[in-house]
Amino acid sequence: GRTHRKGSSSAPLLAQRGHTRPDMFRNDYDTDVTTFSPAGRIHQVEYAIAAVKQGSACVALKSDDFAVLACVMRKESELGSHQEKIFKLDDHMGIGISGLIADGRVLCKYLRTECLNHKFVFEAPIQVGRLVKQLSDKSQVYTQTSEKRPYGVGLLVIGYDETGPHVYETVPSGNYFEYIAQAMGKRSQSARTYLEKYFKEFKTMELGNMIEHALKSLKGASEKPLTKANCAVAYVGKNTPFTVLADEKLAPYMALVDDEKDESKEGKSEEKES
Amino acid sequence: MSMLLKAAPMEQAKQARQWSPYVDNGGSVLGVAGKDFVVLAGDTRMSYGYSIASRNVTKIVKLTDQCVLASAGMQSERHTLHKVLKAKAIMFENTHQKQMSTKSMSQCLGNTLYYKRFFPYYTFNVLAGLDEKGVGAVYGYDAIGSFERVPYVCTGSGSALATSILDNQVLFKTQPQNKRDLSLEETVNLVKDVFTCISERDIYTGDNAEIFVITKDGIKKEVFKLRAD
Repeated sequence: GRTHRKGSSSAPLLAQRGHTRPDMFRNDYDTDVTTFSPAGRIHQVEYAIAAVKQGSACVALKSDDFAVLACVMRKESELGSHQEKIFKLDDHMGIGISGLIADGRVLCKYLRTECLNHKFVFEAPIQVGRLVKQLSDKSQVYTQTSEKRPYGVGLLVIGYDETGPHVYETVPSGNYFEYIAQAMGKRSQSARTYLEKYFKEFKTMELGNMIEHALKSLKGASEKPLTKANCAVAYVGKNTPFTVLADEKLAPYMALVDDEKDESKEGKSEEKES
Repeated sequence: MSMLLKAAPMEQAKQARQWSPYVDNGGSVLGVAGKDFVVLAGDTRMSYGYSIASRNVTKIVKLTDQCVLASAGMQSERHTLHKVLKAKAIMFENTHQKQMSTKSMSQCLGNTLYYKRFFPYYTFNVLAGLDEKGVGAVYGYDAIGSFERVPYVCTGSGSALATSILDNQVLFKTQPQNKRDLSLEETVNLVKDVFTCISERDIYTGDNAEIFVITKDGIKKEVFKLRAD
């Protein structure tokens, strides 16, 4: 079976030295995205990936029938609103974003238009992997064009099509991978560790339990305690269009996660899915 | 002088049959607005000349939870127009996190039609939905997007047959002393009767009538049998 990919393969140097801020380096080959470094890397792309890591966390996981997405929604100040991070693309798929949110919004608009166009021309929903590939090809262009920069946002795409549920991660470099479960953004390693612990159970897991696991994995990735106001969940699957749970609709699941009930009691307290 | 009087008659230019991009697939569509409901109905017959191409083609599309559109005229134009409008409705919903109001949709349809002012959609449209106050709204259109909100309208091949009946039975034009608001049930029964009447005399209307009823509780559809001859 597949396990998730360990971290980012594109910045081993940073990981070795334990730095998180790439501009602490003096790199002569990092001004331009069209310049390779002597080590064979394109630093601008790596810096873009670092921008994704600065964003607040997102997690996604899938079973045989459903895919679930959960995000931490950061607030700029007490007076402001939470940053929306989950976007519906079509009835059968949606995304969670981390990094430069403005770039994310622009990509979201592009993806929604592509979904609509495909549906118009072919009278069928676009396959998740196809759209992800299209987006990645678009992202790649900005790793090879001067006067432009890569998109500073990573997406976790969840969707359901003829080949079942899917979880994809896209990165600024134009790479994409499919996962059983993945996390990205700040402190995402703790979420990933949690998911690695339980991922073997996901295959046949019920939707309610999946949402619980998603939220529990997110707990470690959030600066503040998770409440129904500062996180959001979305799911999609068999006979289930893409649905977002936020605020009041999320409250029952938050209660399950807060109470730290032991595993054996989780089945009884699970909320019924509408 | 005499030569002029004996001048040969003008020759008629030989008229070759010009190819037309348009064809009329027939059928009738009508909408009636009520106080807190709206009824929109269209037959399901698709004709081609004097033949029936299909007895079961819908003329109606749902655009939002509170708005439906029905179009008579050319079927392929109607199909494309409905697809285009549906895409616009989804785009609106994605951008604004809510569905288009019926009034906005009516304007959108008018604009979409006028956009093709010089190669029009050969469709005769009726838009029906609940307005922002929850009151029934019906809009009638011509092929190039001129539209107006009305209490009722009928378009398509049977429009002439139906309009006078509706004048009499909905607005009580010939009997103002009996003027009253019709209930939902009365309106649906009236619509069924009107379609039955149209089918009697209009060869292009018949087979089945799809009747959509929109209330605050949502959209319900009923299929009503019509003459198949």
